Amino acid sequence: MMKKLLLCGVVAVGLAACGGGDSSTTDAPSAGEKAAVTSGRDQIKIVGSSTVYPFSTTVAENFGRSTSFKTPIVESTGSGGGLKLFCSGVGANHPDMTNASRRIKASEIKRCADNGINDIIEVKVGYDGIVLANSRKSDQFNITLRELYLALAKDIPNGNGGTKPNDHQRWNEINPALPDTKIEILGPPPTSGTRDAFVELAMEGGCQTFDWIAAMEKTDKDTYKAICHSFREDDNFIEAGENDNLIVQKLNANPNALGIFGFGFLDQNADSVQGTVINDVVPTFENISDGSYPVSRSLFFYVKKDNIGVVPGIEEFLNEFTSERASGQDGYLAEKGLIPMKPEEHAARKASVLALETVSLD
Amino acid sequence: MPDYLLSTSPAMAKRHARHTRFQWYGRIAIAISISFMLLMFTAIFFRGIGAFQKTMIAVDVQFTESQIDPSGTRDENSLKQANYKPILLQGLQQVIPGATERRDRNNLYKLLSNGATFDLGERVARKPELIGTSQRVWVAASSEVDLYVKGKIDPDVPEDLRRLKDRDIAWIETLRASGQVKKQFNKTFFTSGDSRAPEMAGILSAALGSFFSLLICFLIAFPLGILTAVYLEEYARKSRLTDLIEVNINNLAAVPSIVFGLLGLAIFLNFFNLPRSTPLVGGMVLALMTLPTIIIASRSILRSIPQATRDAALGLGASKTQTTFHHVVPLAMPGMLTGTILGMARALGETAPLLMIGMVAFIVDVPKGVTDVATALPVQIFLWADSPEKGFVELTSAAIMVLLVFLILMNVFAVYLRKKLERRW
Repeated sequence: MMKKLLLCGVVAVGLAACGGGDSSTTDAPSAGEKAAVTSGRDQIKIVGSSTVYPFSTTVAENFGRSTSFKTPIVESTGSGGGLKLFCSGVGANHPDMTNASRRIKASEIKRCADNGINDIIEVKVGYDGIVLANSRKSDQFNITLRELYLALAKDIPNGNGGTKPNDHQRWNEINPALPDTKIEILGPPPTSGTRDAFVELAMEGGCQTFDWIAAMEKTDKDTYKAICHSFREDDNFIEAGENDNLIVQKLNANPNALGIFGFGFLDQNADSVQGTVINDVVPTFENISDGSYPVSRSLFFYVKKDNIGVVPGIEEFLNEFTSERASGQDGYLAEKGLIPMKPEEHAARKASVLALETVSLD
Repeated sequence: MPDYLLSTSPAMAKRHARHTRFQWYGRIAIAISISFMLLMFTAIFFRGIGAFQKTMIAVDVQFTESQIDPSGTRDENSLKQANYKPILLQGLQQVIPGATERRDRNNLYKLLSNGATFDLGERVARKPELIGTSQRVWVAASSEVDLYVKGKIDPDVPEDLRRLKDRDIAWIETLRASGQVKKQFNKTFFTSGDSRAPEMAGILSAALGSFFSLLICFLIAFPLGILTAVYLEEYARKSRLTDLIEVNINNLAAVPSIVFGLLGLAIFLNFFNLPRSTPLVGGMVLALMTLPTIIIASRSILRSIPQATRDAALGLGASKTQTTFHHVVPLAMPGMLTGTILGMARALGETAPLLMIGMVAFIVDVPKGVTDVATALPVQIFLWADSPEKGFVELTSAAIMVLLVFLILMNVFAVYLRKKLERRW
């Protein structure tokens, strides 16, 4: 018995030792790879928005399969996190592209420039609608942005030029025509790009229907932001995490609740949830694409111009992404829920991308 | 007979009742936990079992040379990248002659997986003599068709709420009637990397990523942990410093794993410039995370070895080091291995630390070593659970099943080691 135990110990130590040997043998070829990494990768690296992620990965996969280049790596880090990584430096350890569900900010362009990234190519992917949806078990909602704002904001106008804490508990308190059910809205957390866009388009849109608040945008920006951008913190608004599938499931379980998520998820789950009519416009492919649906935003990705030619395949990847069969009207991205640009805009954007024109915000 | 045992006394009856009652509380508690576990496992099982099968469609394809290889060079790459869509479509139109308009043709073609043309490309590149022949090939159906064939799309739902339209369903039924639809074992799931199309997605790259990460984790954490534990237990004199170290190890074991991820980001990526998204860095971060667990487990095993063993060895003239390495460590080894395996099983299920070092990524290529970019099994589950396509629902559950199988295997191995080799005093 003792011998056996000893043997076991020896084997275990031996395992560790020969394991060590293994690591040195696997290290040998990897030393070459590491050199390749520092002198230039052979694989495109993409980071950024989780909203653009499904589209970016689809193009990456098609690109990898239909060319002799390696399939690009796409990380889902969120728009802000992606731009931070993107702008943190040049070289092989920093990504070549970043996806964003909003436009790059001047501060981010400056940050990039501080780190030696001066030429950034902006590629517009297409549009995405943010929808408010509920279960098909209840009736379709039909509301205005103003009503939505009154349901969701932390503080609402009190009628004599000031604000009061939001005391709306039921929809019919906002408008008697709305149903007599508790206001329950599930939405993304503040870290999400969807939330940013929703605040900017829906909340501000509703907020600006009050003239005195709209006037405040010029004079007192801080108060304006406080009034228009803050969500209520009681149980009428529930932060449901970044996972949109989870929101859809919760809507099925609770027919009275409304959820906020991207159009792609509505498109895939049309058998169980229905989009809310906002300002009399139904969230459909056509309405988002022609701009009549009020809560829609543009999706972008940004490319380091200097990395073209250093990392192989970037130009070809841009070509694939902007091609008719990918981001065009009947392209495979539309299949995945992207709302493509109109043919004229698509053509113009494509031309400027392929000419490698760099971004400027004015 | 006098009632010596007080069996008729009411106080005694109360005592007995309390005894039985308590036993029942315990049984009920166990029953509740087991039923929760069973509920979870059956839910995952029934949701995921479908993913192990996939729907295939037979297409009679004419491999015309003018279409595939007009130049006649038989170059492998151009054979792979040739446009197989027209010949697949022709094959489908033989069975469904109605679809001739451009839109109809597109819809008809969408019954097949996007990967079908790449699949044909691979086959032709492997066997160029196929060119010029006419063959019946089985290619993967699209995910929507797959869900319909598995009965997960209800044709009674109004048509405009479904992605699969009535005409698509009619086409599938026509194909089915002529024996051109079948379900078979989903090999792709085990042999390929991630994909945006559920019918083409697999867990191989994630499983290998997990394997490489755990390998690195073991290589670092096991020797470091054992050496630390042996030194602290057998050699170090008790002092303020060792107390401090002990407190710190215990604290580290309770630190949330995301913190180790941040540490990895700051040190391994930003300071040492190691490659991002690789199992090398992932394994190092996981090693940091499991180290305290291994040290604590190993120390308690060493402590449980009777002092008599050491005294006997020392008494026979063995040196301190001989005593430790000839007697104490071998006796403790099974227990230390068990502790290590349990620590690694926890590491296998971690996503949070990997998030920070870029392993939450879309990776199609299968990693070949520790410096290739990779993702890990739990990360793959997370990514699929977050995908809008319906087909990923069953893939998510199937991947959970695979992860659970690995976890159970590791735990069973740990129990086996303990049972087989452990000595009791």
